[in-house]
Amino acid sequence: MALKSEIFPVMCSADVVKVRQVVRQWAAQLNFSLVEQTKLVTATSELARNALEHGGGGSMLAELVEDGTRKGIRLIFDDKGPGIPNIELALKDGYTTGGGMGLGLSGSRRLVSDFQITSEPGRGTTVTIIRWK
Amino acid sequence: MSVFQDVMKSNEGAILAGWMGELESSTRRSDLINDTDLRRQGEELLRLFTAATQLSSDVQSDAFASTREFLREIARSRMDQGFTAAETALFILALKQPIFTALKSSIKDSSDLIEEVWLSSNLLDKLAMLTVSSAVGFREQTILRQQEEMMELSTPVVTLWDGILALPLIGTLDSARTQVVMESLLTAIVETNSQVAIIDITGVPTVDTLVAQHLIKTITAARLMGADCYLSGIRPAIAQTIVHLGIDLVDVQTKAKLSDAFALALKRLGKVVTTIKQPVAKNKDA
Amino acid sequence: MDRIPILKFGNCLLVTIQVDMHDELALSLQEDLTAQIAKYGSRGVLIDISSLEIVDSFIGRMLANIAAMSRILDAQTVLTGMQPAVAITLVELGMVLPGIKTALNVERGMELLKDYLAQHEEPEESDGSEE
Repeated sequence: MALKSEIFPVMCSADVVKVRQVVRQWAAQLNFSLVEQTKLVTATSELARNALEHGGGGSMLAELVEDGTRKGIRLIFDDKGPGIPNIELALKDGYTTGGGMGLGLSGSRRLVSDFQITSEPGRGTTVTIIRWK
Repeated sequence: MSVFQDVMKSNEGAILAGWMGELESSTRRSDLINDTDLRRQGEELLRLFTAATQLSSDVQSDAFASTREFLREIARSRMDQGFTAAETALFILALKQPIFTALKSSIKDSSDLIEEVWLSSNLLDKLAMLTVSSAVGFREQTILRQQEEMMELSTPVVTLWDGILALPLIGTLDSARTQVVMESLLTAIVETNSQVAIIDITGVPTVDTLVAQHLIKTITAARLMGADCYLSGIRPAIAQTIVHLGIDLVDVQTKAKLSDAFALALKRLGKVVTTIKQPVAKNKDA
Repeated sequence: MDRIPILKFGNCLLVTIQVDMHDELALSLQEDLTAQIAKYGSRGVLIDISSLEIVDSFIGRMLANIAAMSRILDAQTVLTGMQPAVAITLVELGMVLPGIKTALNVERGMELLKDYLAQHEEPEESDGSEE
């Protein structure tokens, strides 16, 4: 049940900075603690960068959601890139195709309450994360 | 459903009166809420409910958003005031009787009547359930908040010496408490500009894998920030558990006693404890 | 494009990262630092991140790269002022920063560098022979 919803492009590195700031603002407005804010913004940075670098660019849909009494922030990162052939492998710590540390996907999962990923080779990737207050 | 909508719209006044009467005779709790406030709550809820039913029969739809919000508010204030969740539910359910009365007088066909009665009853049941879960949720939040406050009080960070902090943990460590502990220790390290922090677990009865993981995370985070973290107060039973669980403490400096950890910390800071030389006693007869 | 200023402090270089860096800025910092270490023969690099509210795996990688490159040029890197929330998040992310020493603040960082460099000075014998 989305109370507020806004979509942002993730097409260049300035966009990655922008979505970090947006998520920080939204989290602050919901009175998330500093550590919770930092975790969510860091996950945002990881996933936005993934969409940009591996997915050729995409978007982030930010939503304020509620579930009974609790409120949270849901972020959906979507790209129409090459997709991930082996999701299970991609979710392992240290697995990287880009010469990085391989912590973007697996690490982000640890930073949020809910984490869902769907990907189809040739169609793109969608990662949905939720951080509940 | 449309009959129900019309009945609601044209009988608002009567329904409200019937509702207030119903409440008088059941769970009034006039010790917790006065007549004016009760009436005001009823009026507002009825207004929102009636408006919502004109647009939809689905309590989860957007049409019912303000009704749900208002019910959440009622749940919160009633929990604060001391109502039980059941009493709050009864507040909503008491609406049924006056609505049935209004429906009965407007609908002649008995099968139509049954249909509308069922629909409206269903609606109110769902709203009552929503209110109860909100109420219970708020209660849980309050308990959680109180737990947090207790946690903060029971995990004080003390300064043993300039640059050396100690965190004596007492009681069981669960996930939530350990987070609080982590954050307050790290914040204290920054605020006091301390180079060494000693986490003492003498007062912790059991250490399981999760607790150990949390402690290790705290120590790793402190190191990342540039401070050293020692673990002390490890009782033999806990040492055994740690080995049996296969937890690797290879990177962590540990000591059985807090005093030993303190001595180590002093050494780390280049400090030494020494005995003050006694001044030579003057001969009193001289 | 703006670049992050690098200050020269005796035989050390000092960088304060205060902005929410985008990727190109981070990469140019890497280049600039390496260039200056080589130019001045610096022995120490102090990076202050007390204003950084986010350190994600990209920034982490950049810092690790800086440390590795400096090491090759015989300079030691010290990271100072990491915020608690950042430290907690990094641990959760599972990121380690190999080859980087850390200190609570710039003052401590400088002391750390000084001590480290004093320990690793190549001793010169008065008669010209080496150990």
